[in-house]
Amino acid sequence: MEQTEDQGILVIIPAFNEEETIADVIAEITEEQPAIDILVVNDGSSDRTSRVVKQTKARLIEHTFNMGVGAAVQTGYRYAVKHGYSVAIQVDADGQHLASELYKIIAPVLSGDSDVVVGSRFLGHGNYKASVARGVGIGFFASVVSIILKRRITDPSSGFRATGRKALLFLSEIYPEDYPEVEALVLLHKKGLRIDEVPVTMAPRRGGKSSITTSRGIYYMVKVLLAISVDLLKKIK
Amino acid sequence: MVQLISIIVVIILFVLVIDFIRRGLLKEKYSVLWLALIAVVGLFAVWRELLDWAAMVVGVKYPPSLLFLMAFAFVLLILLHFSVVISVLTERNKKLAQEVAIIKDELVEVEKRLMSNKGVNQ
Repeated sequence: MEQTEDQGILVIIPAFNEEETIADVIAEITEEQPAIDILVVNDGSSDRTSRVVKQTKARLIEHTFNMGVGAAVQTGYRYAVKHGYSVAIQVDADGQHLASELYKIIAPVLSGDSDVVVGSRFLGHGNYKASVARGVGIGFFASVVSIILKRRITDPSSGFRATGRKALLFLSEIYPEDYPEVEALVLLHKKGLRIDEVPVTMAPRRGGKSSITTSRGIYYMVKVLLAISVDLLKKIK
Repeated sequence: MVQLISIIVVIILFVLVIDFIRRGLLKEKYSVLWLALIAVVGLFAVWRELLDWAAMVVGVKYPPSLLFLMAFAFVLLILLHFSVVISVLTERNKKLAQEVAIIKDELVEVEKRLMSNKGVNQ
């Protein structure tokens, strides 16, 4: 309803069946950054996610049916644009991203140095241990994205990212559907927006399962690679 | 014989398409490609000399197979058309669902404000 600009910072948490962890994630962000608004986009969960979130101070938006994490994040971006937020931050509901590190990805966006900042597990001395298969997958996409962006990107699939107003306006209109993180970087680059990485630590997930199981890994690789190739051909206005 | 079967199939298809349009099950917009298929395949099925000539021109030894080739090409075109239509619909459906989700949230907010205003007035 309020449509004023520069209203502040919004944390967007896409949630699909995250009843175990989401309350803690919200509590930690509230404690660490009390001035930041929190929006949970419940993407048609079948568990108690919605009821759990209603007990917190977070705002809750509910999809009538499951549309995938990309659509959930995009709903968050649409909300952020509509309500005039200047920065939106995507945080995973599984507790992998640390509230204490929010300031690291916000700072470069607030200062205007970057349009989008991605928290990377692999910059600096993180203690993140990926499985071999996942390591290979991430490494592969890191190379692909680095080549396209003509600059070193180490963690293109990280969902811990801060998005400035310009990028918000763009991504609220066009955002990939499933496994959107890598593709979004390519789209942002084509739009001519500046992407930077900062080193962050990632905790092991506290509950739920990764959206990418080994069996889906191959599908993930092929789908994202295809999507990136198509994106390179797309006309970006 | 093949010619007869082709004509019968085309006639059945034509009746079905017209009936679906009449009953509002098929939008005119999406019937164009079907009607084009019926017209072209129907024409070649009825007019045997035209089919023989066309087959000779493109080097098809057994003319009726050209009929199937034409029908197949149309079906491919129709399928591609549907894929495009589905993609557009999916995108619109997503946008609608997102807008509804956001508006629902705003509605709750407005209701809350209304309720609290009432409380003040009473």
